[in-house]
Amino acid sequence: MHVHEIATHLINDTYASLWPKFAPEIILALSIMLMLIVRILPFGQRVPGFLMAIVVAGTALVFANPGQLAGGSEIAREELFTGMLVYDGFTVFMRTFLLVFAILFAVLTRLTRNPEQEDAVDFYCLVLGSTLGMCLMASANHLLVVFLAVEMASVPSYVLAGQLKYNRRSSEASLKYAVYGAGAAGIMLYGISLLAGVLNTVHLPTMADQLFQVMPLLSSDQRMVLALGGLMVMVGLAFKLSAVPFHFWCPDVFEGASSEVNAFLSVASKAAALALLVRVAIGFSQAPDRIAESAVVAMPVAVVSVDTMEVTDEEESTAGESAYGSGPLTPVRRFMVLMIGIIAIVTCTFGNLAAYAQTNIKRLMAYSTIAHAGYMMMAVPPAIAVATTHPEIAASAVSALALYVAIYLLMNLAAFAIIAFYRNSLGSEEISAYSGLIRRSPVIVVMFALVLFSLVGLPPLAGFLGKFAIFASITNAWRVSGNGFLLLLLIVGGINTAISLFYYLRVVKVMTIDPELDSSPAVGGSPVSLLAGIYVTILVVPIVTLLLYTEELNKWTLEATKQLF
Amino acid sequence: MNFDDPVYALSLVVFLPALVAVFMTLLPKGSDDLVKLITFVTTVATLVLVAVFMLSPFDLADGGMQPELTFSKPWIPSFSIDYFMGVDGISLPLVVLTAFISLVSMVAAWSINKNVKGFCMLFLVLETGMLGVFLALDFFLFYVFWEVMLLPMYFLIGIWGGPRKEYAAIKFFLYTLFGSVLMLIAILMLYFNSDLTALDADTLAQLHLSEAAMQDVADATDGQMVHTFNILALAKMGQTTDLFSQGDILFDGWTVQHWAFLLLLIGFVIKVPSVPVHTWLPDAHVEAPTPISMILAGVLLKMGGYGIIRICYPICPDAGYDFAWFVCLLGVVSMVYGAFAALAQTDFKRMVAYSSVSHMGYVVLGLGVWSVSAANGFDSTSWNMGIKGAMFQMIGHGISSAGMFFMVGVIYERVHHRNLNEFGGLYGRMPAYTAMAMIIFFAGLGLPGLCGFIGEVLVVLSVWNFSSLLAVISASVVVLTAGYILWAIQRVYLGPEYKGPHGDEITPITAREASVGVTLAVFAVLFGVFPHFFALRYMDATIDRQVTELTNWTKTVKTPQLHEAEEANQAVADSHGPVPPESETLFPTTIETRDGHQAASDVQRRVDGLDISKSAPVGSERRTGDPLMNRGV
Repeated sequence: MHVHEIATHLINDTYASLWPKFAPEIILALSIMLMLIVRILPFGQRVPGFLMAIVVAGTALVFANPGQLAGGSEIAREELFTGMLVYDGFTVFMRTFLLVFAILFAVLTRLTRNPEQEDAVDFYCLVLGSTLGMCLMASANHLLVVFLAVEMASVPSYVLAGQLKYNRRSSEASLKYAVYGAGAAGIMLYGISLLAGVLNTVHLPTMADQLFQVMPLLSSDQRMVLALGGLMVMVGLAFKLSAVPFHFWCPDVFEGASSEVNAFLSVASKAAALALLVRVAIGFSQAPDRIAESAVVAMPVAVVSVDTMEVTDEEESTAGESAYGSGPLTPVRRFMVLMIGIIAIVTCTFGNLAAYAQTNIKRLMAYSTIAHAGYMMMAVPPAIAVATTHPEIAASAVSALALYVAIYLLMNLAAFAIIAFYRNSLGSEEISAYSGLIRRSPVIVVMFALVLFSLVGLPPLAGFLGKFAIFASITNAWRVSGNGFLLLLLIVGGINTAISLFYYLRVVKVMTIDPELDSSPAVGGSPVSLLAGIYVTILVVPIVTLLLYTEELNKWTLEATKQLF
Repeated sequence: MNFDDPVYALSLVVFLPALVAVFMTLLPKGSDDLVKLITFVTTVATLVLVAVFMLSPFDLADGGMQPELTFSKPWIPSFSIDYFMGVDGISLPLVVLTAFISLVSMVAAWSINKNVKGFCMLFLVLETGMLGVFLALDFFLFYVFWEVMLLPMYFLIGIWGGPRKEYAAIKFFLYTLFGSVLMLIAILMLYFNSDLTALDADTLAQLHLSEAAMQDVADATDGQMVHTFNILALAKMGQTTDLFSQGDILFDGWTVQHWAFLLLLIGFVIKVPSVPVHTWLPDAHVEAPTPISMILAGVLLKMGGYGIIRICYPICPDAGYDFAWFVCLLGVVSMVYGAFAALAQTDFKRMVAYSSVSHMGYVVLGLGVWSVSAANGFDSTSWNMGIKGAMFQMIGHGISSAGMFFMVGVIYERVHHRNLNEFGGLYGRMPAYTAMAMIIFFAGLGLPGLCGFIGEVLVVLSVWNFSSLLAVISASVVVLTAGYILWAIQRVYLGPEYKGPHGDEITPITAREASVGVTLAVFAVLFGVFPHFFALRYMDATIDRQVTELTNWTKTVKTPQLHEAEEANQAVADSHGPVPPESETLFPTTIETRDGHQAASDVQRRVDGLDISKSAPVGSERRTGDPLMNRGV
């Protein structure tokens, strides 16, 4: 192939990729620049920032075309930009999710009057820029894009964490976040280079293909390098997920940053990181074209003698054929299942236990976020374990994750919104400041209580559905694979649900049962404005009633994850 | 809406209280009496609706789900979850009890003056949850209702409770939530091992499956499993297929159903509660306000027993048979421990709470006595009696314990203490109250002619066939019960004069209080004198049917299995013995051939196996045949 042909092909491919499949990202990128320019213009000062953000996110949402998921027409899986990105149902779902969140977020910041007018445009540019990075994370198909997208999403977040000016804690949060982030990114990049060194590629499907072919031939040293590379990439992801042991930034950042920004970090950032985790995990553990498997195995892969092949085959069969599927990628899957599973177990348990001791509501919610990251990660091991043997069960596991993420958006956004409203009126984010609040603003307190109980996962609230779906997919994968580790995952998840009750309930108890503080203002009336109340109601009503129309949401998530396996 | 259709009738009964609670949010502040009145009318309406929609059309002869009172509609088809409710002889008495106790405890709640609107709303939501648990036949729906009760209960104890209300409320919540999480795991295990296609068309037709589920069965391709949350279908699978008998999880021979049974049992006995997971109960009772104590003792504890009888045994019969001793021991230990603990209390309410632990032990014991075996020729009479006794005990205890808590509440509201040693002489000061209290406490004691007697005597009698030791122990608990109740009566009601504080505030019982007390006392007598008319005739057909089914299962599935296992052990022992007996070749080969077969659909073959072991000639034929077969195959 001539250079000329390659160039033409590239150009054609790029044009074909740009529109309409990449349209939301383009709109976001252009709008951010436009918003910055408008700001310089004399009349631009008066255009409210949140309105611009809503219009931009709304336009991008229209072009993300979420109707496809409900429409029933198949969304064809397609690689964009010569395989840098992938476009499928999951991409559409995650983009829709992130953009809907961006809109809700903009409304929230307007209601809480944070940021101030003069910073508004900067603030929303950062938010939209971060969202752009997250959209890329959700559709990444290449480790370079993974790295770029993670940075694209993180760097604006560092600034957002420091958004409260003249506030030491906020600046400290920002600095901690940036230092941690930089460290994690460096390790991740190193891991990517190790993987690239062993496999000669960083395009995920090609990597899986390579692994598939060379896995039985690798020496133990090379396998070690591979495992190390995998672990290092996981460090980067774990940082974004705030998974133990890379969670240390999370409580400090949450305490320092404003609760609006916390909502952003805990919902959007986490969702994107989970989507990325799913992409990377599936990419590594599954040969792209299962039909070719037998052919590839049959192909003589030169150099290595037949005996070594046999030996490795035997090793694999003893390693539990059924528990982790079959084929040369079995050890890779076992590695992924155990690594992600153990991180999920530790993260969930640690998050729940550490939350017990918190007195600041934002720190408490930070640990709650960590614990929920653990629950959500629990959906990935079952998906990987049965990826080859029962693809439909694997898809339903990721669908459970998507369902959980969608529900989690409502719960955490509502929780942080209420925290922000109360911060504005009470001037405090200590749990003790909420004492006896039910007497002054009963409606909001009842809704806050519902949100917290939903976070515990009590039926009939929505949080239960998410947990139920994830536990169900673990049980199902355990049943078909007989993998005892999944049973452990299920039991840990269940027990964690029970122990998480205590600290959420403590907040509810303080608000409802404890007497009012003497120092609290004697003036009657609700501390939360009517509009704010309506905003929270809009979020809480679906939490309470989701059980009635679960079927619809479930269908969308199943549709979105159908082509992953 | 056509209320001949059970969808509307049952939904209205269940959700009427919750709907009223929602509308109550619109009432302005300060309308406390109106709120109480509305709540009272709602509980009356619920009881009337239960009587009209369920009690009157109830067909006493039908042992299954009443076809006129059962419906199933698709709810979340992608998880095959149905909106499925129904009434049979097990659920009907408990539904009526729930509606009745809710009504009387609402009358008892008239003395609540703090935050009345919140109290009444939570109270009504609680009633919806309780009714839903007894009516739900879809496991998912059951679980949702089971949890729905938790939240209102937490607040009802936590806000309107006594000095240590927060501790008691969170303890109650944590215990129950822990149990229900285990239950959720068991539900998921059963769900994913269930398969509707394993049942034949005739059976499927009896299970009230929704259209969506039937469609799934029809569409299922070969080998594709159709999971279900339908409790009736799960029971059929537990008894006629080996879907739940697979796998050895952690321990040898512990199949899916053993684990499911155990996890469910833990969840249920926490609610019952049995020793050693009973400690939430005394705390919750002592701190809860009187009407909530009545609900707690009268209805909530019954959910544990209901879960065991409706879910544990029918779905996991194998595990139920294997764990029979464990369950019975739980029951007996609770009875003895609860009675001794009650003797040791100085707090009146705590004593009544421990008496609940002791009395609910009878329920667990009665449900656990699986006295059917090959040894007694599969005679199910005494087992049948045990389950009926347990069911009756639940109803009787519902009335007597609610009454006892109410009686404690009446005196507590006057003198503001509950120290048993600081009462006395109430007979002279409050004669009417004392008379009612005597009847109710004697009912709790189990005096013949009152409601506590029938259940206890049926259970104790049924245990004889299972284990005479347990029967002796459980019978002698009656002495302890008499001890603590008589002692309490003596210290509180008898004696020359009142010894405690606030003596001048002792006033005769009010009309409102008397109405509650008299109602409960009258029913305590009626249930004791006419047990058949008021309770047993409703449950007879259903319990007979369930016991017959499980007896058949014991006869055709379990006993042959036990024989097999025995033979296998024998064979192992023999092969290790110094001189192998003549028949040695028989056992290994028969086992080998059996291993090849799926145990499914092979009840018949097992019965054949049993016959072989019993009748010598056939066995000897096989013995000569087997070596040949081995060589040939």
